[in-house]
Amino acid sequence: MSYWFDKHVKWIYPLPAVLFVALMMVFPIGYTFWLSFNEWSMSNVAPPLWVAFENYKELFADELFRQSLWTTFYFTFIAVAVQTVLGVLLALLLNAHFIGKGIVKTLFLLPMVATPVAIGLVWVLIYEPNVGVANIFLQVMGLPAQEWLASPDLVLPSLIIIDVWEWTPMIALIVLAGLVSLPKDPYEAAIVDGANRFQIFWKITLPLLQPTIYSAVLLRLIDALKTFDIIYATTQGGPGTSSQTLNIYGYVLGFQYFQLGKASALLMVFFAIVLALSILVIFLRKKVGVSI
Amino acid sequence: MRKKWNHLRKVSLTFAVVVGLSAVLWGCSGGTKESTAETGNTSTEEQSQTIRLVAANHPWTEAIKPLLPEFEKETGIKVKVDSYFEDQLSQKTSVEFAANAKSIDVVMFRPLQDGKQFEKNGYFATLNDYVSKEKSSTDDFIPSALGSVKKGDNLYGFPVVTESTVLYYRKDILDEAGLTPPTTLDELKEQAEQLSDPDNGLYGFVARGKRSPAVTQFSSFLYSHGADFMKDGKATLNTPEAIDAFEYYGGMLKDYGPPGTLNMSWPEAMAVFTQGKAVFYTDASALYTNATDPSKSNVADKVGFAPFPAGPGGNHVAAPPAWAVAIGANSEKKDAAWEFVKWATSKDIVLKLQKTGITGALTSVWESPEGTEKFPKDLAEAIVTNNKYGIPYDRPAIVNVGAARDAIGDVINAAIEGKDVKAEAEEANKAFQDILDKE
Repeated sequence: MSYWFDKHVKWIYPLPAVLFVALMMVFPIGYTFWLSFNEWSMSNVAPPLWVAFENYKELFADELFRQSLWTTFYFTFIAVAVQTVLGVLLALLLNAHFIGKGIVKTLFLLPMVATPVAIGLVWVLIYEPNVGVANIFLQVMGLPAQEWLASPDLVLPSLIIIDVWEWTPMIALIVLAGLVSLPKDPYEAAIVDGANRFQIFWKITLPLLQPTIYSAVLLRLIDALKTFDIIYATTQGGPGTSSQTLNIYGYVLGFQYFQLGKASALLMVFFAIVLALSILVIFLRKKVGVSI
Repeated sequence: MRKKWNHLRKVSLTFAVVVGLSAVLWGCSGGTKESTAETGNTSTEEQSQTIRLVAANHPWTEAIKPLLPEFEKETGIKVKVDSYFEDQLSQKTSVEFAANAKSIDVVMFRPLQDGKQFEKNGYFATLNDYVSKEKSSTDDFIPSALGSVKKGDNLYGFPVVTESTVLYYRKDILDEAGLTPPTTLDELKEQAEQLSDPDNGLYGFVARGKRSPAVTQFSSFLYSHGADFMKDGKATLNTPEAIDAFEYYGGMLKDYGPPGTLNMSWPEAMAVFTQGKAVFYTDASALYTNATDPSKSNVADKVGFAPFPAGPGGNHVAAPPAWAVAIGANSEKKDAAWEFVKWATSKDIVLKLQKTGITGALTSVWESPEGTEKFPKDLAEAIVTNNKYGIPYDRPAIVNVGAARDAIGDVINAAIEGKDVKAEAEEANKAFQDILDKE
């Protein structure tokens, strides 16, 4: 027994982890993949029916699918771009020494630890066109009131504002960690050479920070692509389908229309997109890492 | 497969009965003390039988909860109530049913929204056997309400809440302007235009504008324009009458509605009305307590009710059953569940519920003065008038209601945004026809 154990120990120790991954990740993805070739309406009378690539064909012919694809990327890239810029600026500010820095840093964590659904509900109130704070704020500044989440044109920017509010602190915290661990020598050399603050930032801080920023952006990018909670809590993809991202559309197809096959096909496509994007970003990061 | 299961179940049931009987017999022969202990046990088990009622967060559920101890005392059956928000309820129940869970004994459902789908999938136990044992038990239901929980002769539920689209209006504002409540849609438009005063935060008309929720309340506008969702299996969303209806409804919200109607389901629209920011509001009669309860409404004492106005196509209004109860097909306590359903839909209980403002489904209760005493007089009259012209569905009566509602909602949204309604209606008609063809 113990001989057998010793001989196979390299297999036995990782086994729980392998089992966990198989059960929690490989199986659901595999099942979704299988389901995407079937038509099934979650009925226990009619079993899933094999339709091969019919779901995928239907999906790519579906205008709503293309629209939600566009919405997903629009939301993700603008939100992450704004967050990154703001997050780096915030990190630079926080890196300076001032009284109460600890408290400020703790406060920055708040949006991240709050429940997304609660955040959604709070912002619904803020954006409410008749009594919401957002419009009162605009009116105080002498600007016309807006319909925010109820306007097809404004709903995405309004959602991006929520996402930026919620996740900028995370980028700031990651970048801050990177800032703290930067080497001192290049700065001393630059000061000796008479570089100004902007030059120091542009030529030294930013390149040195690049790997950290890449990690933060990668994390946020994948997360933002998959955003579901705040959108569902605020608009459910509305008004109409103006804020319907791939995730929301998948949910609608699956749990409201009961087209589980088509929903699975959509999720597989989505999965491939997220995977491809992650690989791309990791690849880019490696390239940049070498050049530094 | 199913037959095999039923067979297995029967076999195991017989087995259990045999074992139980022999145990009792053994107890009898064994000694007196043990035998009383045995029988004592079985009777408390019966008494403490608990059924699970999966219900919506709805006034009906709230009103029946305080009556449950009565039922428990009468029958010894305990009722555990799980309640969810409407959309969560359909998701929760469909997922549980699809997993063949035995945990749902009685379920509250929307006959028009989930009924067809659930019935088609065999989620409900048939009630025919129970009903035929007690012959008279379905005679008193409003026929159109009962009609929507039947497939052919198969009765799978009992309606518990009915509703129709009524016109909510501000008595004080109309009185001041010397107007009487509108009886036609043209008058409604004229008055809304006359009384609308956005600069002072008063809007002429409010109703649901959110894509899918709007459809059920838009339906009355559609019918009274002489149109319908479909005819003989063909989608009819692009007929001239239907387009007029879309344009009327969308135009009312665009021109005289408050900002943000595109995101309004009933809670938001009702909030605008109860904050005193709208003169007219069309929505389900069942929601009226939100407007007349002073703790929820700023205009509680100023709300008037009128029947749904007649349109160019005459007097037509959606008057469907909003909620029904059924017994889960896999429930292991069907008899106890039936006892509950029978009790909850009995005249006595329906009258008690109706006295708290729940619009029930029994003709005799609506005809009794006690049954309408709790309602504002004009509301009761409006409902009775509406029921005369009532159409028993307020959305397409098909399986895939969700997708159809979204397609129709797209046209409503386009109309509110002032887009090309005709083009949108053509597109929605195609999408809706696709849905119909697949069923």
